[in-house]
Amino acid sequence: MNEWLRSTLPIVGSEHARDIDTFYFFVFYLSLFFFIIVGGLAVYFPIKYRLKPGETRRSAHITDNFFLEMLWTVVPSLLCFVLFFWGFNTYLAAFTVPNDAMEIYVRGRKWNWTFEYPDGMAGGGTLYVPLNRPIKLIMDSEDVLHAFYIPAMRIKQDVIPGRYVYMTFTPTVKGEFQIFCAEYCGKDHSGMLAMLKVMDDAEYEVFKREGPPEYKTMDPKLIGETIYKTRGCQSCHSLDGTKGDGPSFKGIWGKTEQFADGTSGVVDENYIRQSVLEPQAKVVKGFEPVMPTFQGSLRPVEINGIIAFIKGQK
Amino acid sequence: MADVLHHQIHAASDHREVDYLSDGRGIRDWLYTVDHKRIGVMYLFFIILSFFVGGMLALAIRLELLYPGRTIMDAETYNRVFTLHGAVMVFLFIIPSIPAALGNFVLPLMLGAKDVAFPKLNLASFYIYCLGATMMIGAIISGGVDTGWTFYTPYSTSTNGAVTLTAMGVFTLGFSSIFTGINFIATIHKLRAPGMGWFEMPLFVWGIYSTSVIQVLATPVIGITMVLLGLERAFGIGIFDPRIGGDPVLFQHFFWFYSHPAVYIMILPGMAIISEVIPTFSHRTIFGYRGIAFSSVAIALVSFIVWGHHMFTSGQSQLINAVFSFLTFLVGIPSGIKVFNWVATMYKGRITLKAPMLFAISFLLLFTIGGLTGLFLGSLSIDIHLHDTYFVVAHFHYVMMGGTVIAFLAGLHYWWPKMFGRMYNERLAAISCALIFVGFNTTFLTQFVLGSRGMPRRYYNYLDQFQQLHMYSTFGSWILGAGFFLMAGYLLASLRGPKNAPMDPWGGTTLEWQTQSPPITHNFHDVPVLKHAPYDYRNIPQGEA
Repeated sequence: MNEWLRSTLPIVGSEHARDIDTFYFFVFYLSLFFFIIVGGLAVYFPIKYRLKPGETRRSAHITDNFFLEMLWTVVPSLLCFVLFFWGFNTYLAAFTVPNDAMEIYVRGRKWNWTFEYPDGMAGGGTLYVPLNRPIKLIMDSEDVLHAFYIPAMRIKQDVIPGRYVYMTFTPTVKGEFQIFCAEYCGKDHSGMLAMLKVMDDAEYEVFKREGPPEYKTMDPKLIGETIYKTRGCQSCHSLDGTKGDGPSFKGIWGKTEQFADGTSGVVDENYIRQSVLEPQAKVVKGFEPVMPTFQGSLRPVEINGIIAFIKGQK
Repeated sequence: MADVLHHQIHAASDHREVDYLSDGRGIRDWLYTVDHKRIGVMYLFFIILSFFVGGMLALAIRLELLYPGRTIMDAETYNRVFTLHGAVMVFLFIIPSIPAALGNFVLPLMLGAKDVAFPKLNLASFYIYCLGATMMIGAIISGGVDTGWTFYTPYSTSTNGAVTLTAMGVFTLGFSSIFTGINFIATIHKLRAPGMGWFEMPLFVWGIYSTSVIQVLATPVIGITMVLLGLERAFGIGIFDPRIGGDPVLFQHFFWFYSHPAVYIMILPGMAIISEVIPTFSHRTIFGYRGIAFSSVAIALVSFIVWGHHMFTSGQSQLINAVFSFLTFLVGIPSGIKVFNWVATMYKGRITLKAPMLFAISFLLLFTIGGLTGLFLGSLSIDIHLHDTYFVVAHFHYVMMGGTVIAFLAGLHYWWPKMFGRMYNERLAAISCALIFVGFNTTFLTQFVLGSRGMPRRYYNYLDQFQQLHMYSTFGSWILGAGFFLMAGYLLASLRGPKNAPMDPWGGTTLEWQTQSPPITHNFHDVPVLKHAPYDYRNIPQGEA
């Protein structure tokens, strides 16, 4: 029974998840106990007291019983107090942030999540965290309500536009865990997924330096595309030639551009790198100097990815 | 035992008098009627029609979820379909179902009254219901709505589609609900038969009374919320959308301030029916009359202060979460008392397992599961995990469908002979009840496991690991559908036969069984005088089975 019951809950990723499961088991067995009593009698009485052929319909006249009625008022009330306090205590524990928590900023939008780490790096799709280190997620939304839900940690929090909310967890198991959006947000609500990857300290140091381990095997173009989609490039730079707040990437590679200061130059590796790190240096004529710098928030491998991606936009 | 004067009983059983169904057969006789029984029957027709529409949408949802990805429709259609399923079932079916259809028919009869206190208001309520329903159908035709039945902002203020028209439909339907509530409160206070004090009223009346109080006090809040939503969409007045200065969580407070009490608008009348059916078919007095009566009132009062338990993850303060969790456990106690009392009523009874009783026993089993799974969700830390998953979907279906709908079916089968003067096929009714019970559990027990494993609700697509359980759930929905189609068949078939139902086919003790089936237009020839409390079987001649 316990084995089966455990299989009805997601894998355990933290001590808190284990505590919740213990509590869940308690509520389950308590409910089962009451269901067997009520359901059992609801089936047994109609069989036992069924009107048999030849019997008269005269029944017992029992209008009430003070002791019984008090019993099933007081006992459930006391049990409910127990459930309330247990639930409240574990809830407070789940939302109390340890002092040394690592803060990661989470942003939800239709229909993806992005994560900004304390060192200024950022990414989407997968949230990377070190093992056994308390994590505090500071979250908000760009558009409508979303909810950040990590079943393995047994925690969930609605993400609201125009307001910061937080949640916290301390992963104690290495591995990859599913993240869902749990608040309905429109067409691709069910596709608004992400992964949580819990790494040991050595792996995490490598991640901080070189980025996600997948980068090693990924096509640089694909790295660039991920950055383009998740870091805000797409809101100003189109891929189909439409003029936005910045030049479209369509056919821009190798083009000679006129700059606002009167000079001109070819769009090549150096120009793209400079534009990402010092965007105000050479602004294409006809555009406002509004692009923010990505100095310190993109790794070299990611800038190379962007270059490869733009190269491919014919 | 409640009793009409004796010579009238004999007069009624010797030859059938013109009943309310035969008293004027023209279409105008129906459309302009102020007879509570005819209004109840018209409500019943549209409510069953709404249930059919909502049910077909449910079957479409389950079919789509048979496999991950696209099965029969795309994501945008799916979002519209589940929104409509929820909105139709809640606003057009379940809220008016028992009070407006069965309550309208039975309540004045139970009180020994000729009609409700305000018959014209009653008819107005019906036409307002039709108007509101038309607006919602208009919204479906003009593009549909994809917000979910909860209309959460700012999604609902920014999405395309006929949100404003739907919101106005809900606003309009609210008036229908309020009118019914006012009418019933006045009727119960003023039109009880001589000798019927508050504690001689049938428990159905207590349940409907509590429901009416909630309808009158809570419904205006959803009305004004829908108006504010419409104003924000139409004129850009910043109430809920943070981009123009609003607060999206405020909407949730407003919405649930109505919609949680509305849950009790749905379940209290169901409990009211069970309180009639169980003593009648146990041929025994109800156990703990006062306990059941007062628990209805207690539920009605406490239901107003638990709305925040829908919002444990919304970002409201942790202190508020704790308070709402505590109050939520409090509201569970009176429901528990009722269940124990119903079970105790069967003890040492003489039980006949006719169709209404079979549904009542189904109700006891399913509602108990619905109530007990509420303990998981009321517990703060567990709810953080289960909120917005299929666990919640399964829980409220056990309460709303396993509870209210099954009780509605118990009531429908209980009063069908009274309403239409015909008996239905008992054997088919038992088969239908079994199909619905098995189908329902197959559909929704699986969803508890889906939810506890982390499957979020309102998902068009899902991970492969959930496929097997989704498949079982879909199979269950087909069994469930078969049960309902069978029921439609034998109930409609019964209408073709002669009016052969006796005055009191089940041995009921309340006043509606003391007049002809179907009743005459004015219900009783003379004002009936109550001589005994309801459910008192001691003075009824008890023949052999």
